[in-house]
Amino acid sequence: MTNRNILIVLALAALMVAPFVVYPIFLMKILCFALFAAAFNLILGYGGLLSFGHAAYFGGAAYICGHALKVWGLPTELGILVGGLAAGAFGAVVGLLAIRRQGIYFAMITLALAQMAFFFFISADFTGGENGLQGVPRGYALGLFDLSNNITLYYFVLAICLGGFLIVVRAVHSPFGQVLRALRDNEDRAISLGYDVERVKLLAFVLSATLSGIAGATKTVVFQLASLTDVNWHMSGEVVLMTLLGGVGTLLGPVLGAGVVVALQNTLASGPLSAWVPVIMGTIFVICVLAFRRGIVGEINALIKRSF
Amino acid sequence: MADSILQTENLTKEFRGFTAVDSVNLTIERGSIHALIGPNGAGKTTVFNLLTHFLPVTRGAIRFNGTEITGMKPAQISRLGIVRSFQISAVFPHMSALENVRVALQRKEGRIFQFWQSERGLSRYNARAEELLDMVGLSSFSKALVADMPYGRKRALEIATTLALEPELMLLDEPTQGMGREDVERTTALIKQVSAGRTILMVEHNLSVVSALCDRITVLQRGAVLTEGDYATVSADPRVKEAYMGKAA
Ligand SMILES: Nc1ncnc2c1ncn2[C@@H]1O[C@H](COP(=O)(O)OP(=O)(O)OP(=O)(O)O)[C@@H](O)[C@H]1O
Ligand SMILES: [Mg+2]
Repeated sequence: MTNRNILIVLALAALMVAPFVVYPIFLMKILCFALFAAAFNLILGYGGLLSFGHAAYFGGAAYICGHALKVWGLPTELGILVGGLAAGAFGAVVGLLAIRRQGIYFAMITLALAQMAFFFFISADFTGGENGLQGVPRGYALGLFDLSNNITLYYFVLAICLGGFLIVVRAVHSPFGQVLRALRDNEDRAISLGYDVERVKLLAFVLSATLSGIAGATKTVVFQLASLTDVNWHMSGEVVLMTLLGGVGTLLGPVLGAGVVVALQNTLASGPLSAWVPVIMGTIFVICVLAFRRGIVGEINALIKRSF
Repeated sequence: MADSILQTENLTKEFRGFTAVDSVNLTIERGSIHALIGPNGAGKTTVFNLLTHFLPVTRGAIRFNGTEITGMKPAQISRLGIVRSFQISAVFPHMSALENVRVALQRKEGRIFQFWQSERGLSRYNARAEELLDMVGLSSFSKALVADMPYGRKRALEIATTLALEPELMLLDEPTQGMGREDVERTTALIKQVSAGRTILMVEHNLSVVSALCDRITVLQRGAVLTEGDYATVSADPRVKEAYMGKAA
């Protein structure tokens, strides 16, 4: 217990000094994707449902937040919140349609609806089409701190992503999280105890979509841009990869997975292998699925368990 | 006629032309222990699946406390007070025994969707959960991971979890299946004990358990009711001997 607290304090300290050591934009990108993956893990790892359309919540919120900040002139926090809530609302609609299906059917419905969202964003006027929604103002945090400063922005983004992550942690360790665990363990028994499993899963799905939206909206503020990349189905695949690589159903796994994937992409993109990024990512994906399904954190946990 | 808690009327289930349950008329008397017996494949588990709507009914009606429940959702039926167990042990293996019982208590108290609260608040149910574990002889297992518990203990845990909901009608599908003699005796005594103040419908292959516990017995054969009565009547029936006891004895 105390050991864990020490680790938490060390991690927080590292996060505080990080922007003075590493390029802040890069760190903020990792933070946003870490929250996205942690939110996605809530539905895959704890709800046992593979959504293949999470780009719709991430990217949809990115556009809506961008529009809210640029055109409506909302304060930054509010713009991010609006993006997250919109993603949650869309998640509720998708969830209602998909939650009764299992396995591949669930994945297909979520993908199909996410593609509809993609076509909406590609043809809607406010999104800027292929060019994306550019020049989104970063604004001020709490109306006071100028977010055009990257270091200031970093702490702002850190606060949002940590807050989002804590919501995930709390949800997992809440009465609701206990129900999710039971449901994942033995769905029929949960039903026979009187649980409406569809409503339970729907709540997990909406939470996941909302937090994915917060992540996407925050990303818009960082890059001052929302683009088709954010809503593309590649993005849905990427978050699956991050979660699997880090360790599905573990709290830290998706965060770590996001860090590894973003770092890898950034390193490769500027090198001679840039054209091969999709192939390399695909290979990692295959290795993950075939050789170490538990992911990095899952494997480490298993190793610790075995050695005690 | 005596007060009945559950009634079925021409309850029928067909699987692609194969009739697994064939016009079954069951009346379960309130406060009784009622056995459903019959050879393998007779349709006993399917009857349970129909009563709890884990499978949709093809034809017929089910009434619980006088109201028609046909067509409801399984979770709804559970909340009305009909709680089933399963033929293979139904527990939450990656949770502790205490947590298993708590999951049931949580549902009853409506603490289902609170994702913003700490799970530590659930400790308010610990006392009641321990009490239930104690009742089924599992007090020493409360912290144990259920996956590591012996089979007989898992079945006892299942009963404790079901009892947490205080169901009016308990459906037990072969509660002593796969148990050693000692566990069978313990479970029999346990069922007797918990039957006070409630109704139990159980599927059971072990006839000494049936004779020790059950007030009334319905014999199913190929989906249809062969006969019904108390143990003496049923066991004396030559057709039952032929269909069922011939195989068991
Ligand atoms: N979901 C299903 N689809 C098709 N056939 C089924 C299904 N469930 C049960 N059956 C068939 O219905 C018949 C009755 O099965 P059921 O499981 O109810 O028997 P049982 O009396 O519980 O037997 P046992 O004593 O072996 O548990 C069997 O022939 C079985 O193969
Ligand atoms: Mg059976």
